[in-house]
Amino acid sequence: MTAKIKRPIVTREADAPHSLTVEFPAHEPLKLDSGGEIAPLKLAYQTYGQLNAAKTNAVLICHALTGDQHVANVNPVTGKSGWWDIMVGPGKPIDTNIYFVICSNVIGGCMGSTGPASTNPATGKAYGLDLPVLTIRDMVRAQARLIDHLGIDQLFCVAGGSMGGMQVLQWAATYPERVFCALPVATAAKHSSQNIAFHEVGRQAVMADPDWRNGRYLDEDVAPIKGLAVARMAAHITYLSDDALQNKFGRELQNRQERTFSFDADFKIENYLRYQGASFVDRFDANSYLYVTRACDYFDLAADYGGSLAAAFKGTKTRFCVVSFSTDWLYPTSASRAIVHALNAAGASVSFVEIESDKGHDAFLLYEPDFIGTTHGFLTAAARARKITG
Amino acid sequence: MSHAADICAQNVTARDAARVDFLMIAEMVAAGARVLDVGCGNGALLALLTHTRNVDARGIELSQRGVNEAVSRGLSVVQGNADTDLSYYPDNSFDYVILSQTLQATQRPKHVLEDMLRIGTHAIVSFPNFGHWRIRSQILFKGKMPVTENLSYSWHDTPNIHFCTIQDFVDMTRDIGATIERAVALDRFGKPMMVRAPWWLWNIFGEQAVFMLRRA
Repeated sequence: MTAKIKRPIVTREADAPHSLTVEFPAHEPLKLDSGGEIAPLKLAYQTYGQLNAAKTNAVLICHALTGDQHVANVNPVTGKSGWWDIMVGPGKPIDTNIYFVICSNVIGGCMGSTGPASTNPATGKAYGLDLPVLTIRDMVRAQARLIDHLGIDQLFCVAGGSMGGMQVLQWAATYPERVFCALPVATAAKHSSQNIAFHEVGRQAVMADPDWRNGRYLDEDVAPIKGLAVARMAAHITYLSDDALQNKFGRELQNRQERTFSFDADFKIENYLRYQGASFVDRFDANSYLYVTRACDYFDLAADYGGSLAAAFKGTKTRFCVVSFSTDWLYPTSASRAIVHALNAAGASVSFVEIESDKGHDAFLLYEPDFIGTTHGFLTAAARARKITG
Repeated sequence: MSHAADICAQNVTARDAARVDFLMIAEMVAAGARVLDVGCGNGALLALLTHTRNVDARGIELSQRGVNEAVSRGLSVVQGNADTDLSYYPDNSFDYVILSQTLQATQRPKHVLEDMLRIGTHAIVSFPNFGHWRIRSQILFKGKMPVTENLSYSWHDTPNIHFCTIQDFVDMTRDIGATIERAVALDRFGKPMMVRAPWWLWNIFGEQAVFMLRRA
């Protein structure tokens, strides 16, 4: 049986997003690390607050794997509030009364920037796997195009968590003079073997679904939603800590008194994961999932600098604040420490805090008072140094 | 909160008060210098140096609470350990590397001091003098490990694992071939003692000492 689903949401946002967009024509292609290119290139983005006259108060936020540009507004697909509402808004650490905040959908995504679900103007059909495989650096190059388009020379801050944090590090390495301060959160300078392994499980789940159709499912009005849901379920486990799962679900049963001796979702945790998987497929394109996970796997910043992470930041004047969370085992504190040690060796200005939290990797999206306080202090001091505020 | 974290938190609170050794250290640091404070607590000394000396201030601190407070006040501080994390800093990357009231809490004080002299042109160390007469008298007359106002921990419940006297410290500087550029002993009222007094007098009446060293 094939999975006939309500495709319009994904295809609608991919080609006609509820966002600002900018399109770079085919004669200005985006050159990619693979040797391929994207032409034309479309980027979908959101902004909040006002750019000041000196253009010194722009903050670029980089979103995570399955995030999008809707940082601090109601998401047009899910109807939920913005994914970093705790951090971005009036009076929040990334204060939209002070800063001009920009967030763009990554290339390879499915919320309006060019990705596998976008219509390929050359064929009139979705790109699917015709889109070249992308890297974090490709995503950052595309964002730099947007920043150029907005007439901004130097960003006050580039901030992001998880895959967003990788983009922050890449920004600081590739365009050091364009980043006044950098806030990489819950991230790593390279994907570990374990990171790659989990992503591979997800990709295999998608590609094993018969409705994947070698990536051409959009042509046939089907989608590998079962495979994508399993990918999301597996990934979701990595976002939470053992303690968080235990405290939230334990071994509690779902709306029943006894085990059913079946493979139904007896346990609350099973029901929760099934829900996470099912709701994810309504908002995310399966091929996009392949592209963005691959980009993370290929990320190894030091490799581009002769194997030395310190060399990636040599001579940098950017101020860094690196943040990790104590129970994050996906991008553990040791990965953040490696970044900090490299920055120390490069003589960079760096702060580093490990926030105590039982929430695992997901903590960077949740209200953690120490995280809020640290971020606020770091940005406030940097804004004074940049003369944005008195 | 874990017991170890509790001890660290107390350390941070104690550091909040303006400390005499901070003022002595601030007086030794040249304006506009690059400074690394090892064991910087909540950043009180770094804030003082930034304010009064306009230094490029960096810090390392073990306790999460201290780091969070320091970063929240806008200082560049990393969570780390004097014993293990100094090795990541390149040679000659700072003008001054400071260790204030932290030497006695390190695992390998000599190793830490050598690293400080490798990283910085100058090393400034302040520490409580375990040779002070009140400490000597507690052992001599009470037969118990000393507990004083400044050293308020019980022997079984203290972060301070490597106490030394002023004389011990002077011996160690010779061991590692460092040159003493300046030395000040503070009496129990926080007043600097006579500069020309011999080491043995400082060793008895100095409650704490501040040394500035450089490689020989």
